[in-house]
Amino acid sequence: MPFEPKIVGFLCNWCSYTGADLAGVSRIKWPPNVRPIRVMCSGRIDPTFIVKAFREGADGVLVSGCHPGDCHYYQGNYKALRRYHLLRRVLEQFGIHPDRLMLTWVSAAEGERWAKVTNEITERVRKLGPLHLKD
Amino acid sequence: MPKPKVALYWAASCGGCEITVVDIEAHILDVANAFDIVFWPCLMDFKVKDVEAIEDGGIFVTLFNGAIRNSEQEHLAKLLRRKSKVLVAFGSCAHEGCIPGLANVTNRDEIFKTVYHETVSTDNTKGVLPQPKTEVPEGVLEIPEFWNKVCALDQVVDVDYYVPGCPPQSNQVWAVLDHLIQGKPLPPKGSILGAGQKSCCDECPRVRKEKKLKRFYRTHEIIPNPDECLLDQGLLCMGPATRDGCGAKCVKVGIPCRGCYGPPPGSHDMGMKMISALSSVIDSEDPAEIDRIIATIADPVGTFYRFNLAHSILYRVQDDVKEKRP
Amino acid sequence: MIKLRIDGNEVEVNAGTPLLKAAQKLNIEIPTLCYYEGIEPYAACRVCMVEVVRGRRRRMVTACNYPATDGIEVFTENERVRRARRLNLEMLLGRCSEVPVIRELAAKYGVEKSRFGYDPKEKCILCGLCVRMCSDIVKANVLSFAYSGPRRKVVTPFEREMATDVCIACGACAHVCPTGAITIEDLSQRRGEVPEMPLGPKTAISIPFQQAVPKVPYIDPDACIKMQTGGCGICAQVCEPEAINYTMQDEVVELDVGQILVATGYQIFEASQMAQYGYGKLDNVLSALEFEKMLNSTGPTGGRVLMKNGKEPRAIGLIHCIGSRDARYHKYCSRVCCMYALKFAHLVKDRTNAEVYQFYIDMRAFGKGYEEFYSRILDEGVNMIRGKAAEVVEATWGNEREGHLLVRCEDTLIGKFREVPVDMVVLCAAIEPNADQDRIGQIFSLSRSPDGFFLERHPKLDPMGTVNDGIYLAGCCQGPKDIPDTVAQAQGAAARILALISKGEVFLDPIRACIDENLCGGCKVCNNLCPYSAITFDDVKKVSIVNETLCKGCGTCVAACPAGAITGSGFTDEQIFAEIEGILADAGNK
Repeated sequence: MPFEPKIVGFLCNWCSYTGADLAGVSRIKWPPNVRPIRVMCSGRIDPTFIVKAFREGADGVLVSGCHPGDCHYYQGNYKALRRYHLLRRVLEQFGIHPDRLMLTWVSAAEGERWAKVTNEITERVRKLGPLHLKD
Repeated sequence: MPKPKVALYWAASCGGCEITVVDIEAHILDVANAFDIVFWPCLMDFKVKDVEAIEDGGIFVTLFNGAIRNSEQEHLAKLLRRKSKVLVAFGSCAHEGCIPGLANVTNRDEIFKTVYHETVSTDNTKGVLPQPKTEVPEGVLEIPEFWNKVCALDQVVDVDYYVPGCPPQSNQVWAVLDHLIQGKPLPPKGSILGAGQKSCCDECPRVRKEKKLKRFYRTHEIIPNPDECLLDQGLLCMGPATRDGCGAKCVKVGIPCRGCYGPPPGSHDMGMKMISALSSVIDSEDPAEIDRIIATIADPVGTFYRFNLAHSILYRVQDDVKEKRP
Repeated sequence: MIKLRIDGNEVEVNAGTPLLKAAQKLNIEIPTLCYYEGIEPYAACRVCMVEVVRGRRRRMVTACNYPATDGIEVFTENERVRRARRLNLEMLLGRCSEVPVIRELAAKYGVEKSRFGYDPKEKCILCGLCVRMCSDIVKANVLSFAYSGPRRKVVTPFEREMATDVCIACGACAHVCPTGAITIEDLSQRRGEVPEMPLGPKTAISIPFQQAVPKVPYIDPDACIKMQTGGCGICAQVCEPEAINYTMQDEVVELDVGQILVATGYQIFEASQMAQYGYGKLDNVLSALEFEKMLNSTGPTGGRVLMKNGKEPRAIGLIHCIGSRDARYHKYCSRVCCMYALKFAHLVKDRTNAEVYQFYIDMRAFGKGYEEFYSRILDEGVNMIRGKAAEVVEATWGNEREGHLLVRCEDTLIGKFREVPVDMVVLCAAIEPNADQDRIGQIFSLSRSPDGFFLERHPKLDPMGTVNDGIYLAGCCQGPKDIPDTVAQAQGAAARILALISKGEVFLDPIRACIDENLCGGCKVCNNLCPYSAITFDDVKKVSIVNETLCKGCGTCVAACPAGAITGSGFTDEQIFAEIEGILADAGNK
């Protein structure tokens, strides 16, 4: 059976989750590999969640928030951005390819962009292969 | 009535925890009076068969320090678990891997390569590596099998209580022992003894401000202001993500907290929590500048997981990068 | 007050009133070229000669500057007066032989030719109205007299051709010049026109549009002479209630409000971006809004459809979808254009005999009564051509000399290329988001849909709400829509606002952060992170606390708390861990 990556997507409530919803309403296809978890803001996404997802068997993690400057809570996405930068470095030290983690901005109006982003991470992780961290 | 039996054992550890028990000074006599010490290889000459002779559950309490990284340590951990009513992971190594746990940034092959081949003082022209079983004319020699990873005690056997610290502070150790001597009711299983509930900042006398960090320093790079929060000054102090109970001894003398007391109760992964907190208060919105600021952190994993790498969610380095990268 | 008699009629005026003004009170017109109310009279043209009788003394005086005194008698049309005027007019005609106003006035007094010379080019009678206007009223001090005797003339500083550094291009000199000696090029463009509707001149003080609320005039500081030089001030002089205030400043008023309705409207697509239609380049190519203003009975033409040359057009082309339904500009349908284009056709048919051509892609008559209106327009004989016009070019019509317009298009119904001659073209330009939509959006934290308009909370279930509680949308800031739709949306939003006001209470989402003070070590990591300043530090307990009313539940502090002392209700670590475990339940083991 060909490898189908399992990717956990952490999506902010106001932009990316709505954008993903719009993709669905607009009948835009996006890969089922990405499994979304809704949080109120990308600033809520604790790096602990990301490593937890890897530990539970995810091959990749997608973090998606509002575009910079558009955060519903003004600044939350910048916190996500900073955590992402430090976390990439730590993941690399942990021997996990940093490209397995992707941070992106998808607005509530960008259903097509959501499809593009999910395709991108899916193909990226498919190339990297399975991670196999689940005990 | 016979005195309750007590055992102490060390696995992969430095011995500091044993010293801290003796460090309770004259109270050690109270301990000796109250308990019948049945196993403490560091101080007294007991044999494993003495322990094996004790009926299961016959030891009232075992203070087990040290991480588990070979088959012998695993065997002793399982043996003591069976013989003890109460098994305490004593000290940071048993609690969460501690400094031996940092071996998890690499693996057995790499460690053997360094130890048996690459160090300058090694003379091993035949390339001999330790083997679990070696055939000699007299028979088969066995040595313990070295593991690929270091485990905390509770990753090998069921643990009743934890006493954190590297080493646990002697006043806290005495508090725990005194509790046992007086025969007070035992706390719920899984409790962390000899420590507080809050973060280390609670015991730290330094003045803290709202944080905005533009770069990080290592301890040799600046002389910190003696009254201000070390983290505010850019020193990587793990205090905010570390359980209190130590009395903030390091920070009081200007050394940033290393995090030996482990995560406070609300934290699921000490390193990730610190990563989250630190990056949140980096004062920049520009990706390039953020990268520059982060680059001033010398060794993120070694800093954020100095004491609890073995017990963290990712717990060891994976082979992903090595496999996938040219 | 004094009394005097003019041409046998008694009149009462203030002492010192010029005779010319006193005569006006009796409806006696005294001819003059150089009198202009508001400017000090100067008696230069000497056409206003009258005879004054005071006791036994008779004198010839200029009516414009001779002050009325008690008991005098004035004759404005006796033979002595006529003779004097004839002579003065003959001298003026000798100087400015072809100025119509002088020729007409001279002819009235029987002067057809001058014995004093013939100069067809000279137009200036040296009355100095322009000089005094510029120095006394406008206070720009650009114009002055130079030289003396026969060489005397009005000049700019150092007789430079371009005096643009001092001249403010107000046009006042040209306005007062009695003979047309001063002209200003492109006057209408320079005087503070409303950019989208340059259909006629507009003064520096005006009411912005007929439906303006409040309906009071405002002064355009860039066009007002008073604001530029300190001169003029005429509007204050004539305003009896003394309502003119030049020192009024823009005010920034801060209001505390609980709810906000964003109704910032739209702007019209700038049709000159599509050069092929000639907007801004060809005469008689108008935007729909300009044409609407022309059709307005209070507009510049009083509602008549006129070309630039003042004639009625013989044919009008209405081109749909300018900038809308066009991948290069806006993909969306502007929605209102089809119907207003039909309305235009109806009004043009009603008011002129012009042929009307509609160049359309699809007719979208979607609303109540719209399709019926469309049928009616078809019955009125409007020509419908299905096909987007390709370009509008200048052409001649028959063997006339004046230029006309030609609309080129493909008529997709007959499958032929067509060129339709018309006199006037109206471009139905798209409704588009305001240029500062982005900035407004940031102020209110509003997202924008791909078309650039503000994004409603839900396209079907909440078309007037936004993701921010208490902020609503109405009108074209949310998307192109017609008046009924706008009214419906606005009333819906108003009802939502009123409902909340009458309830008097706000329900908050229970998603909140909460700090366990038994776990908080007081590291102050979180205090600076809260965008709502909901986290404060309790100096007594040495812990941070969350004000749960201010907290909006974003969870940034929850993620950032290094001790895990903050819980985010609804999204706790444990809940999210359970979600992660759940969605990865099928992930394979090592």
